Amino acid sequence: MKPIDIIKLAERDLDQRRSYKYRINVCCSSGCLPFGAEEVLKAFDEAVKMMGVEKDCKVARTGCFGTCSVGPAVVVEPGDYLYQNVTPENAREIVKEHIVKGKPVKSLLYSNDAFFKKQHRLILRNAGKIDPFNIEDYIAMGGYSALIKCLTKMTQKEVIDEVTASGLRGRGGAGFLTGQKWSFVARATGNPKYAIANLDEGDPGVFANRTLAEADPHAIIEGLLIAAYVTGIEQAYIYIRSEYPLAITTLKKALEQAKSLSLVGENVLETPFNLAIDLRLGAGAFVAGEETAILASVEGERAMPRPRPPYPATSGLWAKPTLIQNVETLANIPPIVLNGGAWFSKIGTLKCSGTKCFSLTGKVNNPGLIEVPMGITLREVVFDIGGGVPNDRKFKAVLVGGPSGGCLPESQLDLPIDYESLTKAGAIMGSGGIVVIDDKSCMVDTAKFFTDFCIDESCGKCVPCRVGLAKVQKIFERIMQGEGRLDDMSVLEEAGNYIKEASLCGLGQTAPNPVLTTLRYFKDEYVQHITEKKCSAGKCFKKG
Amino acid sequence: MLDKFILQHQHRKDALLEILHFAQEQYGFLDKDVLTHVSDSLSLPPSHVYGVTTFYNFFKLKKPGSHVVTFCLGTACFVKSVEEIISTVENEFNVKRGETRADGKLSLFITRCIGACAMAPNAIVDNVVVGKATPEAVVNKIKSVLGEEKVEAD
Repeated sequence: MKPIDIIKLAERDLDQRRSYKYRINVCCSSGCLPFGAEEVLKAFDEAVKMMGVEKDCKVARTGCFGTCSVGPAVVVEPGDYLYQNVTPENAREIVKEHIVKGKPVKSLLYSNDAFFKKQHRLILRNAGKIDPFNIEDYIAMGGYSALIKCLTKMTQKEVIDEVTASGLRGRGGAGFLTGQKWSFVARATGNPKYAIANLDEGDPGVFANRTLAEADPHAIIEGLLIAAYVTGIEQAYIYIRSEYPLAITTLKKALEQAKSLSLVGENVLETPFNLAIDLRLGAGAFVAGEETAILASVEGERAMPRPRPPYPATSGLWAKPTLIQNVETLANIPPIVLNGGAWFSKIGTLKCSGTKCFSLTGKVNNPGLIEVPMGITLREVVFDIGGGVPNDRKFKAVLVGGPSGGCLPESQLDLPIDYESLTKAGAIMGSGGIVVIDDKSCMVDTAKFFTDFCIDESCGKCVPCRVGLAKVQKIFERIMQGEGRLDDMSVLEEAGNYIKEASLCGLGQTAPNPVLTTLRYFKDEYVQHITEKKCSAGKCFKKG
Repeated sequence: MLDKFILQHQHRKDALLEILHFAQEQYGFLDKDVLTHVSDSLSLPPSHVYGVTTFYNFFKLKKPGSHVVTFCLGTACFVKSVEEIISTVENEFNVKRGETRADGKLSLFITRCIGACAMAPNAIVDNVVVGKATPEAVVNKIKSVLGEEKVEAD
């Protein structure tokens, strides 16, 4: 395969796609599968054949639309009619009414337009639109044209300059400038160089990377190819959680297909560029997502972080220069190459360009996966997109950034979402988890839950994290048994700050965030637990 | 089978995690014999292999029960009170979290997030996800896989 062959393939596949009057996209990702998506897909297939419309209507298995609470979800093109909670019987009805007679079945439609209104789908551009098991679907949507542009029309430096100009920052949580990282690795001496695409999404309550891999695996692969090409890397690993079986299968299949079209392997598209990509499975360690811990894990060791410097860009896997990039970051690369860095930098805010995927969960009317421009406020996310708190309960807090994020109250909801604002308020961008908490939850209990989690997941290497968090846990236990003292609050705060400052890696440095933010914004609840031995949410002091 | 897989990886020490994954897939869990065999084949100290195995939550060192119920204790499930369902199951079926019942029929495990947060709280009963779970729904599902109406509590 040469670049021109891929371009021809794209034209053919796009024509084929356009030859159908209708296209039924059935979400078959991890959110919809447990609720019968596979049966629904089969029912659509059969109904289309039975009613003799298979020449007009394509039935496709796709990834996620984001509306994970109303699965199985189905979208009919053109017009993007989204059907919710579809059963096999509904499938027959939809084919009969919508496809055959041209009348959408109103009673089955998802009526909540607000969920999509403020979203901007760039990373998830193909999610729910293409069959992730079919590379031709990706190519038809312009897939791999960014790689071809890099290989045929741009120098390596030009690509890095565009990525730098875009202002794209790493989506794994730390927010480091991607273009800068690339130029470090490109300049680093040492051979061979390696790349790791980080898909070890260990944050509980976060499923954005998984959804991306299940919906559009080639976006990750294409981003990785471009990154490797411009930095001189010939071996890459995709490190993925073993808890994501469907994402693993999807990526394996995608890699096979990419190899068969000579997009991955030796002499990519008959150019001198080589890139081998292998999968590496994680095994359920939260800390393995940390960039030095992931190195140890890929080398087959315990995933324990080590001090930096040296940074992985100069000394990573087997002490060679290594580029580590979150998969969401990589998926941004093809559109940046195609449209230019200046175009990308206009999306989002000045310091924080582009979009970000968030997993919106907890006590919210429309949970699911969303993608929004940076700089949108938390209020817009929780109340406009999320539709607010269900069952007439009262909004209490929003946890941003996973188990080591911060719990922010109502007064902080007008905060724009970007790395700096969130950090200032005591939270973190993390890997993009937003959990809404209502007045049924106790903030002391919630802070203890996250402390317990971080203790379980602490690798035990450095003292502040290992010993400090255990001390914090003991104080929580005391408070929740009704034996708290008023000075416990200042001890918690002091210990929390020490752990933040003195820990070796990101886990310890952020682990006290839930404790510190609940102390900062929900101090009354601590005082109530300590002085009145009462929990207004009714979670603590239960008999038994 | 395991030896063939190790050979495919040319006895490389850095393939340890891959080999442990494969072994667990083959045998269901990793007992002392398997771990010793892996350490011999890769010329790694047994303590190293044991250390790596126990570091990662995914690897199981004990044989699981013939039926397995796993609860997701991710943030979304926690906020949606999954704890209450777990306690109900513990009492109803006389099994503790992280353990297997003495008769070997039922294991109760906790996992940190299955990523189906929009459907929280979630339980997995013998590989079938029960979304938007309630205590009754989970208890009934477990009863049906156990094929018994009443469970004796001692």
